[in-house]
Amino acid sequence: METIKLTIDNKSVEVVKGTTILSAAHKLGISIPTLCHLKMHDLNIHNKPGSCRICIVEIEGRRNLAPACVTECAEGMIVQTSSVRVINARRTVLELILSDHPADCLTCAKSGNCELQNLAVRLGIRELHYNGEKSNYQLEVSASIVRDMNKCIMCRRCETMCNEFQTVGALYAIERGFPAVVSTAFNQTLKESPCTFCGQCVAVCPVGALTEVDFTPKVIRALADKKKTVVVQVAPAVRVALGEEFGMEPGTIVTGKLTTALKNLGFDYVFDTDWSADLTIMEEGTELIGRITKYLNGDKDVKLPLLTSCCPAWVNFFEYNFPELKEIPSTAKSPQQMFGAIAKSYFADKINVKREDMIVVSVMPCLAKKYECARDEFKVNDNPDVDYSITTRELAHLIKLVNIDFNSLEETPFDSPLGESTGAAVIFGTTGGVIEAACRTAYELITKKKLERIDFTELRGIKGIRSATIDFDGLKLNIGIAHGLSNARTLLEQIKNGVCEFHAIEVMACPGGCINGGGQPLHHGNTDIVEARWDAIYEADRNMPIRKSHENPSIQKIYKEFLGAPCGHKSHELLHTHYFDKKLVVEVDLD
Amino acid sequence: MSSIKIKVKKEIIEKIEEICKSFDNQSGELINVLHKTQEYLGYLPAEAQEIIARALNISAARVYGVVSFYSFFSMKPKGKCPVSVCMGTACYVRGADKIVDEFKKVLNIAVGETDNDGVFSLASLRCVGACGLAPVVLVGDKVHGRLAADDVKHIVKEYREQFAKLAEA
Repeated sequence: METIKLTIDNKSVEVVKGTTILSAAHKLGISIPTLCHLKMHDLNIHNKPGSCRICIVEIEGRRNLAPACVTECAEGMIVQTSSVRVINARRTVLELILSDHPADCLTCAKSGNCELQNLAVRLGIRELHYNGEKSNYQLEVSASIVRDMNKCIMCRRCETMCNEFQTVGALYAIERGFPAVVSTAFNQTLKESPCTFCGQCVAVCPVGALTEVDFTPKVIRALADKKKTVVVQVAPAVRVALGEEFGMEPGTIVTGKLTTALKNLGFDYVFDTDWSADLTIMEEGTELIGRITKYLNGDKDVKLPLLTSCCPAWVNFFEYNFPELKEIPSTAKSPQQMFGAIAKSYFADKINVKREDMIVVSVMPCLAKKYECARDEFKVNDNPDVDYSITTRELAHLIKLVNIDFNSLEETPFDSPLGESTGAAVIFGTTGGVIEAACRTAYELITKKKLERIDFTELRGIKGIRSATIDFDGLKLNIGIAHGLSNARTLLEQIKNGVCEFHAIEVMACPGGCINGGGQPLHHGNTDIVEARWDAIYEADRNMPIRKSHENPSIQKIYKEFLGAPCGHKSHELLHTHYFDKKLVVEVDLD
Repeated sequence: MSSIKIKVKKEIIEKIEEICKSFDNQSGELINVLHKTQEYLGYLPAEAQEIIARALNISAARVYGVVSFYSFFSMKPKGKCPVSVCMGTACYVRGADKIVDEFKKVLNIAVGETDNDGVFSLASLRCVGACGLAPVVLVGDKVHGRLAADDVKHIVKEYREQFAKLAEA
């Protein structure tokens, strides 16, 4: 590999040809400030429009200052990253960005976690010298996402996520010059657009332009209402990320403290979405075995591959882009919705509480879950199975609000009966986890033999599309895994063209799966954080005494007491759903 | 929750799809497709952009991004007599700004708009290559040169009368 020698801030460094000044400086321990730049190599996320100009540096012999994030190193280059000229120019650039940015930091949802605010602190901005025109866009509040384009700095990270990574195409830069802004087609609302509410735009937005809809005030009111029984469920990925909000190392597992915090917050029952993840495996696994058996018996009409249906952004994606395939995904509801349906029927009856007197709150790493629980098919007489879905970030705010010192909390277990779970359930939080959990159960149900090797390591990894053939005691099943909707699209195209060899495919919309969902603590472009959560999920799995969903005693009990058999009549009524055709239709106008 | 529907006349759908096909439905030909479609329809309504997006297999947001970027593309129908005032350097120094202001006043519309009866639309452009005639105004294909603000109301009157005669006949 050809290498290049150059000098940055009087230190010499040797780098591979093609390396940017930003990366070369990083190698020397010089961290040049950036704003629009976002690169998460392992997750295949690259956004470097070189447009914000915050990373400008001085190169000897070059007239203009150069953006370090897009300028490649050249032999003998002499670079200054903090000369007086650079510092003055960088301040000016930042002040110009701030001149069209509302100075409402005190009340902004991103305050304390904003990359623009941090830059203003870092560059010591004490006065704004430019008083120019200000953008004036209408605030949009959708089911999941709040768009305040007055705060947009045109870094275009959201556009990269929406178009390149997710191939959703809801957001794009429109107009030119000062009126340029990231928008939907024809300034539609997000609901009218193909937006899947995956929330990856929110996850990467450096400022407060894209944030989640905040349900914490509603949760506080519900908790204060003596007439309501408030039940909470917590998704697997939350327990490996929440600690970050309280200064813990990424990847710290905080399950025990989390349950204590929820009890202290005043939730009447603290339950686990892991419980309903085990339930999902029973339903989805049975559905898979059913379809495979039919297929092996020569039924040519059977729909294969089975696609997982836990991820609501993914469900939105195929409803909008591939409605012709809507019979293929599993009809099993997501764990969030299974939990809600059981809590407001089986459990409400058990504790003698009327449906309308029960509030179900979910804590999710996800923004699409807010949209999902508001879908009409998940309501009974207009009463939703899950009332409010809050993100990991919102839960952290709630805990801070009620003066809980999270770090010093005792550890307590989840409540019974919807709190017992297995290792198979916790790995739902990462890419490959749902299908691995399904394989653990399907193996024993199909072969009637004990599964000796519980870890299906061949299904794990961070590659966008993965595949493995799993030997079910002679029956070989081809498993596909995709995370990121662009990868899901590739597999859906294959299915559509009849060249797909898979029997089952797991899809998660977010890069890395739910551990990196749109509702998680912000990673600010640091892939190490996502990888630490990933390791923690598998550690949490290994720590569980039971690691297969069908061995969960509480799940066995509910089938015996209430549901009957998986995919039986009662299950179909409560735990399964159907999908809609949401494709744009161009109709012929006969008038 | 049903699908989103838009209604468009059959021949318009077919014509736009034909234009896209003439560029092999290549997304890289978007600007050429938009040019041809605007030539055909006179403007680029949202419905036309949706049809183009579908044919080229790209998002409607991307099509809209391009349409809104270039001032040549318009999402509003142009008037039967499109007025373009040259704001190039030569015309500008000879008072083109006053000509634009006068058109705005007489037609009671802003630059980029069409008047209520759909007869006049007003646009500004940069240099038509007739600097010797500065300041220059194009109405349709016809060049009007060496104008003063006072001439504007006569031009408008002239075209309005012409148009009224045509409408009668």
